Amino acid sequence: MICKLGFAGFTRHTFVTLALLASLSDASLAQDAELNLYSARHYATDEALYADFTRATGIRINRVDADDAGILSRLKAEGSASPADVILLVDAARLWKGEVEGLFKPIHSKLLEKAIPEHLRARSRAEGTSWFGFSTRARVIVYDKSLVKPEDVDSYEKLALPVNKNKLCVRSGSHPYNLSLFGAMVEHLGAPATEVWLKDLVGNMARSPKGGDTDQIKAVGSGECGIALANSYYVARLLRSGAQQDQALMQRVGVIFPNQTSWGTHMNIAGGAVAQYAKHPANAQKFLEYLASPSAQSYFADGNNEWPVVKSVPITNPALQAIGGVNFKTDPLPVSFIGMNQIKVQQMLDRVGFR
Amino acid sequence: MRLISLLRLLVIVLLALPVLMVLAAWLQWNDGSADILLGMASTVLPSYVVSSLSLCFWVAIGVISMGSVSAAAVTLFDFKGRRSMEWALLLPLAMPAYVVAYAYSDFLQFSGPLQTALRAGFGWQGALWPDVRSLWGAAAVLSFALYPYVYLLVRAALVERAPQLMEAARLLGADLPRRIFRVALPLARPAIAAGMALALMETLADFGVSSYFGVTTFSTGIYKAWLVMDDRVAAAQLATFLLLLVALMLRLEQKAQARLRFASQRSMGRGTESQPLQLKGWPAALAVLLCAMPVLLGFVLPLLIMAHALWVHSQSMWIDWPKFSVWMGNSLYLGLLTAVLAVGMALSLAFSQRVHPGVWQRLSTQAVGLGYAVPGVIIVVGLLLPIGWLQQAWPQSQAGYWLTATILGLVWAYLVRFIAVALQAVQTGYTRIPISTDEASRTLGVFRTALFTRVHWPLLKRSTAAALLLVLVDVMKELPATLVLRPFNTDTLAVMAYQLARDERLGEAALPSLALVLVGLLPVMLLSRTLRKT
Repeated sequence: MICKLGFAGFTRHTFVTLALLASLSDASLAQDAELNLYSARHYATDEALYADFTRATGIRINRVDADDAGILSRLKAEGSASPADVILLVDAARLWKGEVEGLFKPIHSKLLEKAIPEHLRARSRAEGTSWFGFSTRARVIVYDKSLVKPEDVDSYEKLALPVNKNKLCVRSGSHPYNLSLFGAMVEHLGAPATEVWLKDLVGNMARSPKGGDTDQIKAVGSGECGIALANSYYVARLLRSGAQQDQALMQRVGVIFPNQTSWGTHMNIAGGAVAQYAKHPANAQKFLEYLASPSAQSYFADGNNEWPVVKSVPITNPALQAIGGVNFKTDPLPVSFIGMNQIKVQQMLDRVGFR
Repeated sequence: MRLISLLRLLVIVLLALPVLMVLAAWLQWNDGSADILLGMASTVLPSYVVSSLSLCFWVAIGVISMGSVSAAAVTLFDFKGRRSMEWALLLPLAMPAYVVAYAYSDFLQFSGPLQTALRAGFGWQGALWPDVRSLWGAAAVLSFALYPYVYLLVRAALVERAPQLMEAARLLGADLPRRIFRVALPLARPAIAAGMALALMETLADFGVSSYFGVTTFSTGIYKAWLVMDDRVAAAQLATFLLLLVALMLRLEQKAQARLRFASQRSMGRGTESQPLQLKGWPAALAVLLCAMPVLLGFVLPLLIMAHALWVHSQSMWIDWPKFSVWMGNSLYLGLLTAVLAVGMALSLAFSQRVHPGVWQRLSTQAVGLGYAVPGVIIVVGLLLPIGWLQQAWPQSQAGYWLTATILGLVWAYLVRFIAVALQAVQTGYTRIPISTDEASRTLGVFRTALFTRVHWPLLKRSTAAALLLVLVDVMKELPATLVLRPFNTDTLAVMAYQLARDERLGEAALPSLALVLVGLLPVMLLSRTLRKT
């Protein structure tokens, strides 16, 4: 009797368990058509990009946008419980940091390795490549055409010349875009010369560093500064702007891709990686490969006026064409190098009083 | 009762944990962080300290003068427009300081519309006034954004008894200045101190305004150590100094509060139907002007600037309304949830401190309140560190998942950060209930829970409403923790406003900013209704 009851109980229990398991596996199947994305990009066009991916693959994208540092610290804390599958960051140094701290899962992808130039991705190792760049942006020099001769500002080094005294405007030195440029300068000039260069930059400033890159460009356009450093897409965005006052400002602004006769213009990247503890690694890889496809590439790059990394994708962005950003020499220094110099550079900035 | 004490202890531990983690960072002293700290100490740290202190000094002057003058004007006097001013003065509460900063720097800078137009119109050359993006500018922006704290608390302190006492003083022959300085000011002083403490804690924790203005404060140093040098230990060690400053301020403020209790004990009793002093002619105009100035500069003008940016933007771009309703829903949901939790906890803590006023109770309440002054990012670090360890030591717990894939981590961070706001408001409410009330209640056989529900709660309702709304608005404006800890697909108004403004798209940032202001207005309107009833 007891045995019978026990058995009856067991079967009922089993039945319930099975039903539960079935419903769970339904749920997990549904989950399998998901992709969890941590992104430091936040451009309106990105959504069209994600929607396109969902349409093509049926994989739904869940998203959190934050800045690079926040994403990395969140990943660290979540550890193996992290729900993230793909990480998109907008600075090479941060991508490098994520790789060094083991937050990314290296992958083997013939498609990505073929499409993306070697200096725009992590070093390939036996276990795979940890991250890939998907678009590039240049750190350009903008200048007041009525005040400054272009030959006085055609390289990063020349910004430190006495002729440019009281003309330079730049955002905080601690911003990743500047840190990455200065980190590259350390590779080219060596640390002592870079520190002297930074000190001279401080001496040439028209005002202490404040605001973002757009502020610097506007300051040049309105005559407050003669020269400024800015990312190319900020220049392109102002050029494309429909606002009349922006158009008026840009009349006065010239753009230079620096160091064309030496090592080339400093480039930074927006890139992506598969998260170390990705719950949907296959979807993640599929997504990264999708980002290297021609249609996604032009979306990804155009949405923020950047350059696609895949060489075969044509550059049709009128604003990039207008600033001469179609054929120019870029710094071939692997972007993965830049991260290593960050702390050194920040300490130099503190010593020379670069805020 | 035992269970409640246990819960209370758990709450205290959870709320104090992130801040304690900051202190624990000293145990992890190593050569790397020593190198960074010494490097900063010999180069930039002294200037950070100086600019932080001068920023605090000017903000204190700003919020005290604007907050208490306006509160005094609307409580001690009656003039045409007083009723509108009473609620209008709360409006800047709905305005995040960083939005004011974006608006003013865009409008007033060298390349901004005003200077450009003036130069073009009058043929003037060069900069027409000093750059807003400076220490002075930051102090002004923060003062405009934070003075309502002082205004609210001072008004609450004055509105109950000041008119009667002022009337009594008048009948005894005291002239107006003497009545203000000898009667109203002592009544308001603890509230001024409490409001100032809140405002200064916000100032110390501020990063949005000062980083955008290029003012290198102590928080900047902390961020640099954490984000650029990637040394959380050094960052947390720097944050300790900030904590000391805040602890000192809280101590001073609590001393002031203690005096208030003494003062109010003697001034209980029913006043006659006394009326505030009627103002007419130029004194009335002056009163209106004094009240209108902070509202115009802290609310109306930035609002117009943002609205203009939105208008310019909408000429060339299409606006996605459904998305805004989602952001708004998220902001409201998180804000309301946190506000209710925070006020519940604050009432419980304040009650226990009231009933058992011991050293331990006071210290624990203070420790819990410290979170308010810690920059949001440091709280995030202090919260992520222990969860990271827990996750590593016990992977099955899925602690890391619960923290960020649900709203648990975010609400926790909000509570750590804003419980102080609720506590301040509730404690200020408690100072207005004389201890003798408790003693009388006990004599009549009312103890413990009944003491709270039947005696304290009816007297605390107004402070509680204020606490709820202050926390709600603060949560909706909060940035650093929301950015890092929110679950998937949970964008809020603040996050979107910040991300667009950070990306230097002020036109697009204008709509979520304005929406944030509008949502912030709802609680302000409710608050003003509660005010009107008093």
